[in-house]
Amino acid sequence: MASVPTRANARQARWHGRFAVSLLLAPAVLWLGALIILPHIDLAILSFRERVAPRQYVASLAQYKIFFTEPLYWHVFVRTAVMSVVATFLTLLLAFPMAWIIAKLAQGRARSTLFILCLIPFWVSETVRTLGWMILLRESGVLPSLLVKLGVTAVPVEFLYHDATIMVGLVYASLLFMVIPLISSLESLDNSLIEAAYDLGANGPAVLRTIVIPHAAPGITAGCIVVFMLTLGSYLTPTLLGGKNSQWFTEQIYTQFITRFNWEQGAAFGFLLLALSTALVMLGLRLTGQRFGDAMRRA
Amino acid sequence: MSTADLVADAVVKRFAEHVAVDSLSFSVAHGSFFSILGPSGCGKTTLLRMIAGFIAPDSGDIAIGGRSMQGVAPNRRPVNMVFQQLALFPMMTVGENVAFGLARRGVARAERVRRSHAMLERVGLGQAAAKRVDELSGGQRQRVAIARSLVLEPALLLLDEPLGALDLKLREHMKIELKQLQAAFGTTFVYITHDQSEALVLSDHVGVMNQGRFEQQGTPQDLYYRPQTPFVASFVGANNRIVGRVTRLDRESVELTTAKGWSIRALKRGAMALDDAVEGFVRPEVASLGRIQAELPAGQPWHSGEVQSLLFDGANSAVLLTETVTRREFRIALPQTGQFSDLKPNEKVLFSFDPARAVCFPARAGAAGQDG
Repeated sequence: MASVPTRANARQARWHGRFAVSLLLAPAVLWLGALIILPHIDLAILSFRERVAPRQYVASLAQYKIFFTEPLYWHVFVRTAVMSVVATFLTLLLAFPMAWIIAKLAQGRARSTLFILCLIPFWVSETVRTLGWMILLRESGVLPSLLVKLGVTAVPVEFLYHDATIMVGLVYASLLFMVIPLISSLESLDNSLIEAAYDLGANGPAVLRTIVIPHAAPGITAGCIVVFMLTLGSYLTPTLLGGKNSQWFTEQIYTQFITRFNWEQGAAFGFLLLALSTALVMLGLRLTGQRFGDAMRRA
Repeated sequence: MSTADLVADAVVKRFAEHVAVDSLSFSVAHGSFFSILGPSGCGKTTLLRMIAGFIAPDSGDIAIGGRSMQGVAPNRRPVNMVFQQLALFPMMTVGENVAFGLARRGVARAERVRRSHAMLERVGLGQAAAKRVDELSGGQRQRVAIARSLVLEPALLLLDEPLGALDLKLREHMKIELKQLQAAFGTTFVYITHDQSEALVLSDHVGVMNQGRFEQQGTPQDLYYRPQTPFVASFVGANNRIVGRVTRLDRESVELTTAKGWSIRALKRGAMALDDAVEGFVRPEVASLGRIQAELPAGQPWHSGEVQSLLFDGANSAVLLTETVTRREFRIALPQTGQFSDLKPNEKVLFSFDPARAVCFPARAGAAGQDG
C-alpha cells in the first residue's frame, strides 16, 4: 500500500527531525546546564549570604565588602590581572614569529614537523610539564648545577619561586593556544598582498604594521582572549613554580573553599575573577576595535 | 630614437635543473606598451618578477631608467606592478589603497589625499574613495589597482595578466581602457599575457616567449604577417599548419608535400634542402573559397575540398573543410559579405591561397609529424 503524505505524517516527520536535533544537542546542553550554569547559580546565591550563627544565613554583601576592604585580596587580584596581561603579551610576541614561520616560510614536511613540535609538549599533562620545569629550575636541579659546572655561579642558584619563573611557566603553557589561531589567520593572508605592499614601497616593519597585523587581528584577538583566560584562571603553574610567593588569585579561591571552608567568600572571589576577565576582555576588544564573534570564529 | 626605460642584458634564471629564463636580452622604449606573450610555463612570470625585484637573476643585468637594478629591493625600484589577482588591500578603503605608496614615501596626509583623489578622478572613480574594495566591480578594481601604481609615477608599470580573472565582455572592455590609460599617462607598460589577442591589440611591441627565450620581437603586425619561427606562426593568430617534406625548392619559395601526397607552395623561411621535414602555415583569411574555379583569384594554385562544418562567429566566421585527396583539415575565413554562408556540410568546394602569403619553416625537433 502506497503511503499518502498526510498532514499527520508531515507533523510526525517534523517531530522526528526535531527529536534528532535535540538528541544531538543534548550532551552540550547537559554539560552547559549541569556543570556550568547550575553551579554558577548556586555559587551566586552562596556569594550573597553571610553566616551569622551555625546553620544560620542572611542575605548580605559582606563577602564582597571584605574583598574591597582587605588590601591583601586587592593586591593579589591586581597582581594576577597584571601578570596575566604581561604573560599574554609575551606569549603573543613569542608565538607570532613561530606562527609566521609555520604559516608562511616552512614548506611541506618541515611545516608539519614544526607544527608537531609545537604540539608534542601538550601530549603530556600540565602537572608533568610543570614538574619538568621544577626539575630543571630547582636549586638542586639541572640548570643551577650546569651553571656551577660552567663556572657562571659559585653555588647553585634557586630559580624557582620568582615572578619570572611563573611567567616562563605561564607563557610555555599558553604558547600552543596562541600559535594555532595565529597560524590559521596568517595562512589566509594572500602572499601577493605582502608583495604588493613591498612593491609599493613599504619596508618590512611597514608591511607588518599595515598589512599583516590588520589581517591577522581577529586571530591575534582570539589567541589573546584564550591565553588571557587560561592564564588568569590557571592554578597549577603559579602554585608549583611560584610557591608561597606566587600570590595568584585562584589560590585565594582555593584557600577559601578548601582550607578555610568559607564557601561564601570563595564564591564571591570566583565571581570577582569572572567579572575581571570579562571586563578586561571587553576592554581589549574595545581598544583594538574587534568583535567578540569574529575573534571566536578564528579560535 | 627615444631612450630605453628597461634594458635586460643576458638575464638567466634557473630553478634546479629547469632553465626558466634563458639568457634573455631586450629593451623597452620610453612610453611604449611592451607585451611579453607566451604559453603558461614559458618563464614570463619569472621574468616579470625579476624586473619587479622579487627574485634575482642568476646572471645578467636588468637596468631601469638607465640604472642597474642589481641588489635593489622591490620597494626601492622605480617600478610598480599590477598583480594577476590585483592584490588590493581588503583592510583599507579604495582611497587608502591608492594613497598607500604615497604614505610609504612619507608624503603628508593632506597631500596624499589630494593626489590619490586626483588619480581616482583620472581613472573615473572619483566617487569611490571611501568605498571598501569588495564593494567595487571587477573592472573598477582593475582601475584601482592601476591607479594605486600610477599615483607613484613609476618609470615602468608591470602588469601580470591583469585581465585573466575577468569575464570575456569585461576583458574586451578593459583592453580598450588599458590602452587609453597608457596613452593618457604616457607611462611605459610591460604587460605579460598568454592571450595573443590582448598582446596584439594593446602593444606597440611584443616579445613572443617560449621556453625561456624570445622567439621573436616586433610590432604586432610583424608577428602576425612575418613570423620568424614556426612557434610564432602557430601561437600568434589562427593558422593552418601543414607538415610534410620539401619536394621542390628555389631561392624564395618551396613546395611542401604531405605524407599522403598533398602539395602546397609557400615562402621559404630558413635553411632547408630537398626532402627535409618542414612545416607550412597558411592563415585562414589568406585562403579564398569558390564553388567554381572562376570564383578563385586568377593565377593561384587551387585545391579541392569538402565542407565539414560551418563555424559561425559573426565577423570571425570560418568554414572547416577537408582536402579531397588527403582528408586533411583546412580552415578558411568566410568573407564579410555573407557570401558562402549557405554552404552545406559535404558540399564540394575549391580553395586557393597566394603562396607568397604562406610560409614554410624547417620542422622543429620533436614537433614534426604531429599531424598531416
